[in-house]
Amino acid sequence: MSTIAMPAPDAAIIARKPEIVAALAAALPSETVIFDPDETRAYECDALTAYRCTPLAVVLPRTTEEVAMAMRICHQMGVPVIPRGAGTSLAGGALPTADGVVIGTMRLREILEIDTANRFIRLQTGVTNLAVSAELEPEGFFYAPDPSSQLACTIAGNIAMNSGGAHCLKYGVTTNNLLGLRMVMSDGQIVDLGGPYLGASGLDILGLICGSEGQLGIVTEATLRILPRPEGARPMLIGFDDAETAGECVARIIRSGVLPVAIEYMDDVCLRAVESFAKAGYPDCAAVLIVEVEGSEAEIADQIERIRLIASELNPVEFRSSRNADESLAIWKGRKSAFGAMGRLGDYLCLDGTVPVSKLPYTLKRIGELSKEHGLEVANVFHAGDGNMHPLILFNANQPGDLERAEAFGSDILRLCVDVGGCLTGEHGVGIEKRDLMTKQYAPDDMAIQMEIKGALDPKWLLNPAKVFPLEVSKPYREAATK
Amino acid sequence: MNVQGEIRTVAPETEAELAEYVADCHGAGRKLRISGGSTRLRRSAAANTHLTTQKMDGIALYEPGELTLIARAGTPLEEIERQLAAEGQALAFEPMDHRVLLGSSGMPTIGGMVAANVSGPRRVQVGACRDYVLGVRFVDGRGRILKNGGRVMKNVTGMDLGKLLCGSYGTLGVLTEVALKTLPVAECQRTLVFENVSPRQAVEIFSAALATPFEVSGAAFHSGTAWVRIEGLSRQVDYRQERLVELLRDKSIEAIGDNESRILWRDLRDLRHFANSPGAIWRILVKSTDAPQVIEALGPLGGAASLDWGGGLLWYAGNSDAAAVRKAAAPGVATLVRPAAATSGPVFPAESKGVAELSAVLRRTFDPGGIMNPGLMEG
Repeated sequence: MSTIAMPAPDAAIIARKPEIVAALAAALPSETVIFDPDETRAYECDALTAYRCTPLAVVLPRTTEEVAMAMRICHQMGVPVIPRGAGTSLAGGALPTADGVVIGTMRLREILEIDTANRFIRLQTGVTNLAVSAELEPEGFFYAPDPSSQLACTIAGNIAMNSGGAHCLKYGVTTNNLLGLRMVMSDGQIVDLGGPYLGASGLDILGLICGSEGQLGIVTEATLRILPRPEGARPMLIGFDDAETAGECVARIIRSGVLPVAIEYMDDVCLRAVESFAKAGYPDCAAVLIVEVEGSEAEIADQIERIRLIASELNPVEFRSSRNADESLAIWKGRKSAFGAMGRLGDYLCLDGTVPVSKLPYTLKRIGELSKEHGLEVANVFHAGDGNMHPLILFNANQPGDLERAEAFGSDILRLCVDVGGCLTGEHGVGIEKRDLMTKQYAPDDMAIQMEIKGALDPKWLLNPAKVFPLEVSKPYREAATK
Repeated sequence: MNVQGEIRTVAPETEAELAEYVADCHGAGRKLRISGGSTRLRRSAAANTHLTTQKMDGIALYEPGELTLIARAGTPLEEIERQLAAEGQALAFEPMDHRVLLGSSGMPTIGGMVAANVSGPRRVQVGACRDYVLGVRFVDGRGRILKNGGRVMKNVTGMDLGKLLCGSYGTLGVLTEVALKTLPVAECQRTLVFENVSPRQAVEIFSAALATPFEVSGAAFHSGTAWVRIEGLSRQVDYRQERLVELLRDKSIEAIGDNESRILWRDLRDLRHFANSPGAIWRILVKSTDAPQVIEALGPLGGAASLDWGGGLLWYAGNSDAAAVRKAAAPGVATLVRPAAATSGPVFPAESKGVAELSAVLRRTFDPGGIMNPGLMEG
């Protein structure tokens, strides 16, 4: 079995299930409340599938008021709440507990307002990330954050985890593109923060809520900044025969003043897997960079030429820039199929620690050494421009003990990221996955202030109570809150 | 209001010393007026000791290839801008220098800039100061030394307190060190000038220009002239100018080049056009297309207005009383930046009940004794 513990569920709450379900069903439309274990099992996990637990009940409201009603009832009855978007979290952010009610945002699907003159969209947060950009396409606009789960993941989940994506090198992550929100607090109170204008006059509470992993409230509506679509985009592929030179190339591009929208990195393990799977025609070398630039035809040509000059000083084994849409697809094909290709080799654990760009070569070297020590293979495919690593640790879930070995290897990689000046997670969030490593990055007081904030906004500690903070660290706060 | 010099000033040289002092004040219930370079004049009236970070200065790390800068809070902004410029980089959000508008002395510091989330014209394109804060170290109201975030571009480890501290005016903690993202300075910039336009026409020009993919990095207006800035690689700027001129061809347009453009935007950033106007200065945040109607509503009160951020930021210079300005500013929200004799009442706009409660509970969490710039953001 797995190594991440969850607290024992409260038997007294589980015993009150009929009463809790009755209260929810009495206050909400009947199709909103799910309590049959055969149906609630569908919500037993998110994308961190090694951890599962069927919740007490699931509520899928259609309005902010229904979310508020459900929250108020759970608050009155002292029942923990697990906020859920689409359940695509790789960190276990939406993992239920047996004594908890899942409140999902997926039925909050309305687009409320599109205003291109003021460059924002206002919507309910169950809308999926990709649907936002699809909605904006006729207007010539798009929504910038593009996590790789964008087909399924919701804006509610993006806000909770402060999601990024391949294009955030240029456009920033969710918090940089969020103008306002409507949120339901743990006691059912509804609060509006920000709006369709730039900046806050008082405290930047919006900035605190974004990325708080469902610890402080459930966001039901959001006002998002939207951007005009670029005229065009074109990738180039640059191959190097050692990782260090590839890392140097990333730093030189960033420093040059050309700001690509994406700089992606793939190592040899990943390249081989991708080649045998997708036949993308990638060179057989130690590292490949995919760099994408945007603009008009002439602007793109100018930027490609500048990057070619930078790369040529470092003697790449290959430099290939796309000349048309087909070639662009071919260059991206391997990168986009990387996770699928790795999945063919076996099960994998995907981490997302971030390191300073100058520490990329050293970090990659150390990951290689750790791979030998742990006896597990690892592939690296990541957003190099901002140092956001994505080591994929390969293991066999059917082999007893293999998951634990993979987790131990993963923990060593994340400790390494912190040691070189980086952090545990760049875009997936802490959830339960990195919860017990928080002490590596933060001193006791640094975590204490965060738990004090949680306690101030959620005094009963009902929202996602066993996430983000190591259990022994949060225990006194959780116990004091439920007394 | 206290004037500097009337009360005792404490200027710690290290974070540890500062933390120890704040812990003492917390124990003794001594209220602190916290400042960086003291270039913004507003002070906490309730404070009886002045605590400044001015003597905690120095750049701890600058890695141009990583676009990363870490500096102690008291580091003069000028020094940082000089070091960045030597590497062809800058703070992209263009922080204003308040001395021009407020006639203050002192030296703006990096800590003060973050504490007030000071962001200039380029904010419309690249985001605010808060969007460039990678990490912070600060001392809370109990004297605890705390850190949050780090030095890397992407970090979602735990809650994001950097954003919360940024723009909290020292009411949640005293910043001791900040890590910021820097950006390369664009190779070339140019400004399109539209003369004899009304505020409404100006906002129409801004909305049209900002809906193009040409990365308009400035959109400001005053006294009948609107300015639209484009930046980038030199060929890019030529192309963008050509396309924008074509798009707005029914308007009369002039273009000004690099040097002149840089001076123009520095002056717009610092509100040099209001530096000598008498009376109060208000900063009004509003939905861009609502700005013209706010200017009309302010008309009967006299004074003058200018626009930045494509209309989303409205500056008003006038002598009316605060309630009248706030009423005219609606649905925008007005903050008093430079008070005058005739203005009284709260400096910050009223918050909804829910937001006010959240703010109060957060303040109590960071500063249970209420000793950090007490009342500064309330009245």
